[in-house]
Amino acid sequence: MEKFTGTVWVLGDDIDTDIIIPTEYLALKTVQDMKPYAFSPLRPELAGKIQEGDILVAGKNFGCGSSREQAPEVIKALGIRCIIARSYARIFFRNAINNGLLLIENDRVQEVVAEGDQITVTVNQAISHNGKDYPIVSLPENLVGIIKAGGLVKAMRKLNGLD
Amino acid sequence: MSATMIEKIIERNVGKAVKPGDIVTVFADRVMIHDIFIPFVAEKFEEMGFQRLWDPDKVVLIYDHLVPASQVDDTRHFQVGNAFVEKYGLTHVHRSDGICHQLMPEAGYVKPGDVVFGTDSHTTTYGCVGAFSSGIGYTEMASILGTGTMWIRVPETIKVTVTGKMPENVTSKDIILRLIGDLGADGATYKALEFAGDTVEEMSIASRMTMANMAIEAGAKCALFAPDEKTAAYCETELTKEQKALAADRDASYVREITYRAEDLVPVLACPSQVDNIKPVKELKGLPIDQVFIGSCTNGRLEDLMAAAEILKGKKVAPFVKLIVTPASRKVYQEAAENGTLSILAEAGAIITHPGCGLCCGRTGGILTDGERVVATNNRNFLGRMGTSRVEIFLASPRTAAASAVAGQIAEAGF
Amino acid sequence: MGMTIAEKIIAAAAGVEAVKPGDIHTVEVDQMMSNDGTTHLTIDMYNQKLDNPHIADVKKLVWIVDHNVPADSPKTAASHKKMRDFAREHGITYYEGQGVCHQIMMENHVRPGELIFGADSHTCAYGALGAFGTGVGCTDYLYAMVTGKSWLLVPETLKFNLVGRLPQGVYARDLILTIIGKIGANGANYKAMEFGGAGLSTLTMSDRISMCNLCVEAGAKTALMEVDDVALSYLKERGRTPKHIFKSDGDAVFAQEYTIDLSTIKPIVAKPHFVDNVVDAKECAGTKIDEAFLGSCNNGRLEDLRVGAALIKGRKVHPLVRFLVVPASNEVYQEALKEGLLQTFMEAGAIVMNANCSVCWGSCQGVIGEGETLISTGTRNFKGRAGHADSFVYLASAATVTASAIKGEIATADML
Repeated sequence: MEKFTGTVWVLGDDIDTDIIIPTEYLALKTVQDMKPYAFSPLRPELAGKIQEGDILVAGKNFGCGSSREQAPEVIKALGIRCIIARSYARIFFRNAINNGLLLIENDRVQEVVAEGDQITVTVNQAISHNGKDYPIVSLPENLVGIIKAGGLVKAMRKLNGLD
Repeated sequence: MSATMIEKIIERNVGKAVKPGDIVTVFADRVMIHDIFIPFVAEKFEEMGFQRLWDPDKVVLIYDHLVPASQVDDTRHFQVGNAFVEKYGLTHVHRSDGICHQLMPEAGYVKPGDVVFGTDSHTTTYGCVGAFSSGIGYTEMASILGTGTMWIRVPETIKVTVTGKMPENVTSKDIILRLIGDLGADGATYKALEFAGDTVEEMSIASRMTMANMAIEAGAKCALFAPDEKTAAYCETELTKEQKALAADRDASYVREITYRAEDLVPVLACPSQVDNIKPVKELKGLPIDQVFIGSCTNGRLEDLMAAAEILKGKKVAPFVKLIVTPASRKVYQEAAENGTLSILAEAGAIITHPGCGLCCGRTGGILTDGERVVATNNRNFLGRMGTSRVEIFLASPRTAAASAVAGQIAEAGF
Repeated sequence: MGMTIAEKIIAAAAGVEAVKPGDIHTVEVDQMMSNDGTTHLTIDMYNQKLDNPHIADVKKLVWIVDHNVPADSPKTAASHKKMRDFAREHGITYYEGQGVCHQIMMENHVRPGELIFGADSHTCAYGALGAFGTGVGCTDYLYAMVTGKSWLLVPETLKFNLVGRLPQGVYARDLILTIIGKIGANGANYKAMEFGGAGLSTLTMSDRISMCNLCVEAGAKTALMEVDDVALSYLKERGRTPKHIFKSDGDAVFAQEYTIDLSTIKPIVAKPHFVDNVVDAKECAGTKIDEAFLGSCNNGRLEDLRVGAALIKGRKVHPLVRFLVVPASNEVYQEALKEGLLQTFMEAGAIVMNANCSVCWGSCQGVIGEGETLISTGTRNFKGRAGHADSFVYLASAATVTASAIKGEIATADML
């Protein structure tokens, strides 16, 4: 089973899409251009500090708000390996899966992790922190299919006989 | 049979019985793409290897977020959109006719019982005419453009019943804000909302739109009103037997039922910076404000502008306060021009802009700065939505907004 | 020796009998207009650079937010807030979102014979009412604001004797572009441009504002027109009276005199990227456009909207053209609503905006992108003025702009 370890950044409840990437920057040409502005209304310094392989831990209703897919894309572009939240808004959830960004639902780690901690994720099994394991529920079949294909674009390319 | 509205719509679409939790593939009756996302949709569509649209007649492209362009790169979106239109033969294109969610029902693109997806979270609006409509991202849209289908999980339904006569200064906006406050910003996540009761039956389609529009602020996948005679008149059609039968069965099962007595409702505000942070207007009365915004797909319709004009007639916007009015569509603008509403608003000192998303999407049209406070009729008061993160956004009905503009502070209409 | 209108206004403002070109005088300034282009800088200087900050006479100040209104970014919102807070604190006459500064000044403030400073180059528009309006930078503005006074170099005057009448379908806009083309973009540098003659009486106030407004594009320090019945009735309708009506003396000395026969003027287009790069509009016919703009302090008045509306009634804006129609003030907006003009534009598919500077200033709403072409009734066609540095602006009359919006390429009204 796939397993990885990363440094944690902690965010609260209801992290909305305007916090993740404000509308002002949505018409920038590429997601790379948008990176410096991610989370800027809430924590302007955060985007500059996130390193490849880091993990976001947040509260409930992560990604609520608009359908902007730049939200999961910019998080992925910043190098975030996965998000662990109590719950996700549904459009964000679909968009993240379609872009191959791993989302984990868990409502226990929030109480124990602090920013800067290291945690280890064993996909579809558990989150490990300070020697303790927190089990995670696996994703539904049809979504596993999309993730296995490497996102919806790749799934469609396959459908069209391109890959 | 015992099905909720959403279950009936999905059953009709897929041709078999469904229950909440089922994962099914639905056929899109119509899709909507707007200017912010068209370049991304176009790119993904081609990357996916599609050669043609599954059905160009079912695709609507609307320029609204970037009209008029406020940054030099904005017009690239129009150019990419125009090229896409040309290449794939789109015919339903609106380049400056107003906000997508107003145009979709107004221009007749959505009918009761339809399944509609749009690249915008407020796509839930079309539930006002009894359509299942929901917001999606651009990758998903690109895949629908090629296949005409999308997988969904059949949602559970929360039923909201409102009965009785609404007090004079209470509007459908106050009802939906109250509901979001009660449910919480994630209270309807993955679920459908279904509205019923004589209060909503009495409501205009415009008022229903306001409620369906904001359902997403409680996380809902969609929000539905059973089609009735008002729906038929709005859609300029006779309801078919099938459409009439879309209303939920009496014994349909709901995950939750909420009932309000209209007489108990009061004008409310969503306070910074969560839409579910609801307080009665009375409690915040007297708080000085810098700006008022009346517009958006939530409350930029003729009845909203007329409600504001009724309060502003013969009065002036308070000194040093700006009132920005953005009609939701070209049609709304024209009707408001014809019936004298715009004259009243302009005479009061309002700044009337061209129909579009304007300030609501935070790109232009009245951006604010540190320490400023705005009362706005749109749907989101998120941190930084209308400027810096130190702007306070209060969401309210057009009546509350207009009364506040005259007073220069948060005020309740009629007091 | 006789004096010109400009010399007489300066002499009166300086409290002296006579002045002549080249003299430098300390003058009393009657009114001072400032807009959101630079007022925030003036306020910063006021607060930071002065030992004893004060305002000589607050009644002389008029502050107008028009360039980026409603605000398009937190930055412009902050500069508006600074301006609003200062105006409120000091009791300065203040407008926000009620129209382009020069139009508001003409409608509500300018009086013949006054010397008016404006922190905006197109302040020379006020000459249409026989006032000496001139654009200044914020340091000059601040000095006048604090002392009530300033210094002025008395300019030489170029005299334009207008004769005849403009042909049908030709507008004041074509006339002034022709004149600028004739004398060049620096042809009136440091000078005053004075207009008179029998032809002047055939021009409406709107025409006159349009002409004086654009004189800065020939480098003029100010523009002045003789005050006649047309000007006086405009003033009277608005409940104002002249401060003083000056006329050039018979023996006034002009640096140069021109006679312009209005009947010979044709529709004109100023091509990118200079205002004096003028050609017969037909020479540009067929040039594809992406956007058309009818508005600005130059051509956003009721008459201009009437011209556009008459042409577009029953027709449609070309689907690939963004046609922005922007009334010059809230007053114009309301009149245009009453006459049904805005409804006509909306019916045709135009984008009707709130009264502001819009794309003329290129930084608020309706900017153009890379490689795009705009035809505009705005004041300037400098490179990058309307948006992207690599874009193209053609200037023309309301009629030519509207005709082009319909055709999707540059066209004159008679080509429809």
